[in-house]
Amino acid sequence: MIKGTSASPGVVIGSALLINEEELVILKFISTFELEEARLGQAIASAKLELNVLRESTHKTLGEDKAQIFEAHIMILEDPELLKQTLTIIRRESVNAEFALNTVANQFIAVFETMDDEYLRERASDIRDVTSRLLYTLLKKKKVSLGNLNGPVILIAHDLTPSQTASMDRANVLGFLTDIGGKTSHTAIMARTLEIPAIVGLGNITQKIKDGDQIAFDGETGEVTINPTAEQIEFYNNRHNAFLEMKHELGRMIGLESKTLDGFHIELAANIGTPKDLDALHRNDAEAVGLYRTEFLFMDRTSMPTEEEQYQAYTEVVLGLKGKNCIIRTLDIGGDKKLSYLNIGEEANPFLGYRAIRICLKEPELFKTQLLALLRASVHGPLSIMFPMISSLEEILAVKKIWNELKKELDNKNVPYSHNIQLGIMIEIPSAAIISDILADHVDFFSIGTNDLTQYTCAVDRMNEKIEYLYNPYNPGLLRLIHMTIKNARAKNKMVGICGSMAHQKDLVPLFVGMGISELSMSAMHVLSTRKIIRGLKKSECEKLVEKFLKLGTADEVKALLN
Amino acid sequence: MQTTVKVLNEEGLHARPAGLLVKLANNFSSVIELAVGENTANAKSIMSIMGLGLTKDTVVIVTAVGSDAETALAEITNLFNNKFNL
Repeated sequence: MIKGTSASPGVVIGSALLINEEELVILKFISTFELEEARLGQAIASAKLELNVLRESTHKTLGEDKAQIFEAHIMILEDPELLKQTLTIIRRESVNAEFALNTVANQFIAVFETMDDEYLRERASDIRDVTSRLLYTLLKKKKVSLGNLNGPVILIAHDLTPSQTASMDRANVLGFLTDIGGKTSHTAIMARTLEIPAIVGLGNITQKIKDGDQIAFDGETGEVTINPTAEQIEFYNNRHNAFLEMKHELGRMIGLESKTLDGFHIELAANIGTPKDLDALHRNDAEAVGLYRTEFLFMDRTSMPTEEEQYQAYTEVVLGLKGKNCIIRTLDIGGDKKLSYLNIGEEANPFLGYRAIRICLKEPELFKTQLLALLRASVHGPLSIMFPMISSLEEILAVKKIWNELKKELDNKNVPYSHNIQLGIMIEIPSAAIISDILADHVDFFSIGTNDLTQYTCAVDRMNEKIEYLYNPYNPGLLRLIHMTIKNARAKNKMVGICGSMAHQKDLVPLFVGMGISELSMSAMHVLSTRKIIRGLKKSECEKLVEKFLKLGTADEVKALLN
Repeated sequence: MQTTVKVLNEEGLHARPAGLLVKLANNFSSVIELAVGENTANAKSIMSIMGLGLTKDTVVIVTAVGSDAETALAEITNLFNNKFNL
């Protein structure tokens, strides 16, 4: 048995197809500068055309994120240094373009391959992919196409380039195994996106496997067996069945209600960061968006997104939800997230500093731009707005004052907006949780952000390894604060949800149900398994569990009760 | 013209900062080079900048030759000093 790095889960048995890229023979011959410069220029132009086509088709099939790989390839293709150094060799040595290009590319690849940083090391494979595309064009050769396979196979390759994985015949590829690559390499990411089982970083698997060999592997454990015995096949078959059963079991949850045995509905929503995440939301049958983090719209750029840009983005999400509700959180920047164009300044304690609503209230223009975009987008479908890092009633009043002014402004200009927008707050600071009975009179809903609430309630920085043990979801003080918040909201008939990572924690779900939670919001991949849990619960029994919990004093006792 | 800058941001010259530097450098007609020890890089080429593998605290010599060299150096120094936050 051989072990590699798990890239994408799933168990497969099938016959091997070895992808032996024909070694390109790069001959060196004498030529004229003018001729070779023209050949190189043509090759670059045609490669750029190919990459643009690939970019478009990948955008359609796999989404914008994956398509960006090819954007980066175009940037490499047009890199002035690559071109200049290649032309210099052509001129100085009077040689052909492919020889010069290959020499320069190899120098760059060698530099990147020896880097300590995994991210930069991975860039070597991008350079190889781009230059080999150019070399194939210059040599008028065709690359092995994985677009048309004769039957189901397991691909065995030294590495698969992004171009190969993007154009792969998905119906016939059972899985793939590669010599090189890590969990974050393109190949691994593509495998997970395509839901094709895969193992990477197997060393010299291409030397050990021959074409047509029978292969069995488990993408989750990273184990490969070549020409397995009958006994081993049975072992893999069992694992395969267990994997399918789990997937099937969760698949069965699609379309079912998230209701307890005694008929209480808990809304299961998804946390999203960009419109792209809607795909996973629909696939996993999430009932709404419980948290749309708008930060991504503001990050990785050099200036603030305009009202129009924000309006477009929010509209895209609201329309994409096809009538499901969307809770949009206003900008939560600061803490560990910074914006290049917004100077927050150095702070001794950024998590206790200038962040989220505190910035928005100090920079009203920034805040108003976002709120105006949200108001305008509200005509396209149900939308709620949530404010992060609220620590006092004063902040809510300040927010609502701005909100009412903006609505008046739009009324005066006859700009339409929905009059049913719900306003809510994140409960993530203990001072807000403690007066949640009062705050509930001023907002439509609460969403408990358990990550920050844990950090602030227990005074623990979870990045600090020495005190990591204190960052404990079973802490009874923390859970009582959550309980209190839920009770206070329900007493005023307000919706209350949880959107931190505790929301999908198996053993905590019954406790939250017992406390009376109305919504749980999580990353889409956890929705179906949480629905399965809820459908097995009785609210009346969960309430008894809460009674027992309230008598416990230590985190260990709480954990023992729940497990 | 020449000046010395230091990499202050935690992640070093990763894709994002390298991309910003290339973008900035392309605004100038001057030839701009970064040098660390024996290695030099064209500030207008993402591959050669990332190829330097600059990490935090590395001291870099920036050279600019051309009519707008002075502004180029000033703005590049600024970019480094602001930890690549524009």
